[in-house]
Amino acid sequence: MLTLDGLTVRPAQVWGGVRLVPLIRDEPIEGLRLEPELYEEACGVVQVDERTCYASYIPHGFVARWSAEGVSAAYGTQLRGRTERRYLPARMAMRFHRRMARRADTGRLRFLPLHLAMEGYLSLHFGGPEIAWEEWSREALRKGLSPRVEEAYHGAEIRGLEDALRIFEIHHGQCGVLLYIGDALAAAFIVPHPADYRALHPTLLQDMYGELLYHHAVLATAVPDFRAAIDDARVRSLADLRAEAARQHREWAAFHDSAMAAGLLEGEYTVEEVYRMGPFRLSRFLPSFRRDAENHIGEIITDQAGRPAYLKTFRLSRAQVRRGRLLTLLAAHDWRLSAAAEALGVPEHALGMRLEAAGLGALLRRDLLERFRARARR
Amino acid sequence: METAADLVAAEDLLLFVNAAITSTGQREFHSDAAEQQASLEFLHEYVRVNYRDLYAAALALDVNDHNAALIAWNLLISAGEATPEQRRLEGRLIARRLELLPPQRVYRLFRRLRRAGVNNRRTRAIMRDWLNSRPDLAFHAVKYRGLLKEAFRHAHLKPPGELGDFLFQWRRRRRYTTPVLDAWRRAHYEREAIYRLPYTVAEGFAAHHRIPRKVFLERIEPNLTRLERLRLQETARELKVDGVRADLTRMPLTRLAGYVLSLPPSTRAERREELTGALRAAARRTAGDQAGRWGRVVAVLDDSYSSSGSGHKRRRPLAVALACHFLLEALAGEYTPLWLSGRRDALLARPYGATPLGECILDALELAPERLLIVSDGWDNAPPGLAAEVLRVWRSRLDPDGRCEVVHLNPVYDAEGYDVRRLSPAVPTAGVRNAENMPALVELARFASGRGGLAELRAHLDRRVAAFLGETRLGETC
Repeated sequence: MLTLDGLTVRPAQVWGGVRLVPLIRDEPIEGLRLEPELYEEACGVVQVDERTCYASYIPHGFVARWSAEGVSAAYGTQLRGRTERRYLPARMAMRFHRRMARRADTGRLRFLPLHLAMEGYLSLHFGGPEIAWEEWSREALRKGLSPRVEEAYHGAEIRGLEDALRIFEIHHGQCGVLLYIGDALAAAFIVPHPADYRALHPTLLQDMYGELLYHHAVLATAVPDFRAAIDDARVRSLADLRAEAARQHREWAAFHDSAMAAGLLEGEYTVEEVYRMGPFRLSRFLPSFRRDAENHIGEIITDQAGRPAYLKTFRLSRAQVRRGRLLTLLAAHDWRLSAAAEALGVPEHALGMRLEAAGLGALLRRDLLERFRARARR
Repeated sequence: METAADLVAAEDLLLFVNAAITSTGQREFHSDAAEQQASLEFLHEYVRVNYRDLYAAALALDVNDHNAALIAWNLLISAGEATPEQRRLEGRLIARRLELLPPQRVYRLFRRLRRAGVNNRRTRAIMRDWLNSRPDLAFHAVKYRGLLKEAFRHAHLKPPGELGDFLFQWRRRRRYTTPVLDAWRRAHYEREAIYRLPYTVAEGFAAHHRIPRKVFLERIEPNLTRLERLRLQETARELKVDGVRADLTRMPLTRLAGYVLSLPPSTRAERREELTGALRAAARRTAGDQAGRWGRVVAVLDDSYSSSGSGHKRRRPLAVALACHFLLEALAGEYTPLWLSGRRDALLARPYGATPLGECILDALELAPERLLIVSDGWDNAPPGLAAEVLRVWRSRLDPDGRCEVVHLNPVYDAEGYDVRRLSPAVPTAGVRNAENMPALVELARFASGRGGLAELRAHLDRRVAAFLGETRLGETC
């Protein structure tokens, strides 16, 4: 379960169909602005660069450079002067299971795993069947789910997002934002320090967004502002007026957390720890893949108290949720198709057809799949 | 008896004046140039068709140069719609306004008339009178050569003396007797001659002769106009050309505020005394005999991120707020500024953060001022609408007699709403482009609060028109 501990919700800013809800930190989380010493002690793999002013953990955008030593990811915001531009940013090597690639298609941007969370989702039961039941194809047994591809939209493709981000007024002390498109929660983004946020705010445009949000942006009309409303009858003095104004803030924060962000905050997540740096833990999480819930994947850095120092989420689209759900189901039943079908309460061939519809048909043996198709037609 | 139509007319006119004061058809923070222009064009046409006499009278108000030229243009192309009497008054208003406009804008209007093929008798007469009343046409011939040429062609006029040759076949003469014309001729091959030309023209020749920038600036310095000098301040500082140093105290207030905001904060802190002194001096000069007469004033000044303006109008809203701050300091007996960011040091203002107008207005009302001025683009967003609610409740419950006069000045035209963005119906909103006009705007805003009807508004306009036409002294334009 996620929390927004340590962060205060401030009133949303709306532009067209996009609503941005700023999150304020009273005190920045200082420890995560990794100092050179910390690199040496906590993460030995980091090259220490004396010119590095500060750093926080950022997954993408600036990240992922190919070099002779393999894949590496930058340690986030690194303010670099003109002279330092020639050098590679300080970075740490990360263990990716697959190489990364990215290719633009017509009107769409297709991503193979671009960052941690997505890679976490893509590598979900990536190994394929663990037990060689007869129903799985030889290809699936040998190579697993490879190649596993998911599609997403680049932020620049989301209509109205660019303008909304441009005119958004960053609050003093702002350390995060919740981004809604057509009032569907698209992404949560939290960083440890306001300076990081200022530097990284434009990167929201370079992020990827699920299909759902792309359609929301195209179809949604302007979302309404939640305008303040004060009841005349309660005001007898200026102090009353001030109290009423303060109440507006409280009510908005309560409404937001309980209604608007509930899908993110109250979901169930499977958390996998990826990296540990001093008191902080970098983990990625997968959602419950429940059909009736919002499903966000993401990565999070928590401090000792479990407060999020860094958070970034991606909302899965329907088809992605379905794939996730089926894979989890199969894995939970040791990849026995009959057992999984029984748990789902459907005949075996129906599950087979679902696998195919979800784009996982190649896992099944060809002749079996044909048989399932024939039965489904009957 | 006021009819509904009268109220609508008064409202429409105020809306138009607000637009004509603020919008320049350039990009703003929230809308781009095309949106601004389309919106403005519609508004001009709407007002011209429905209230032609009021539309013409707007020339007598403090509308900005862009809109003054647009009004003149619209009146000239639609002369057929006007009665002879209207036409006569319009002609006088246009002629008077053209006197006040910077020449390049007038020439651009002439060029637009030429390209649109508008060449009626009145247009030609206006062009003729304007050109004839230029004291130094030779100077214009050098500085606006192409534009002047088109104007002469279009108005079917014969340029006086050697000007005709200069404009149309300058190589024909061996030399010109007018010094500036001859300097221009010689500047084509002689380096020394370019220093007798106006700065903008000389700049081109300097590039042609490959004169180093530093040398050029040192020599051209006496020919700089006041605003050119202001624009070149930082270049001159970098190149260490001391001569160009401007006397900042003589600059118009809002321009000066814009210049101050263009400096990095560290420089502003270093030159604090000089800059503050200049701003105060400009404010005192603007305030004139009204200085210290406004009683207890509190100002809510917007330095949120949206006050950074746009690439076209860089930091303009913030510059207006800063200029208003200094002007109010001069006007008020007792003055408290409240910046939205909570900043105390106005000189170091920078556009950053959200717009919690509601809370800031509450703080201001707590100080129980006689006058509360709000300078903001009206995008109240933390939370949205709180400022409107606070002002509404304040007016209805806590201050029904209007002991405290609240005026909202808005430097940004909202293209979508065809008006400057209002905070609340309970509070009058006026557009503002230069802080120098603030006293006049506060007066005009009175009509917006519904206290003055159309009759009163018309009377006010008539007074302004009479004063405008009778006035002989050229106003300070910037």
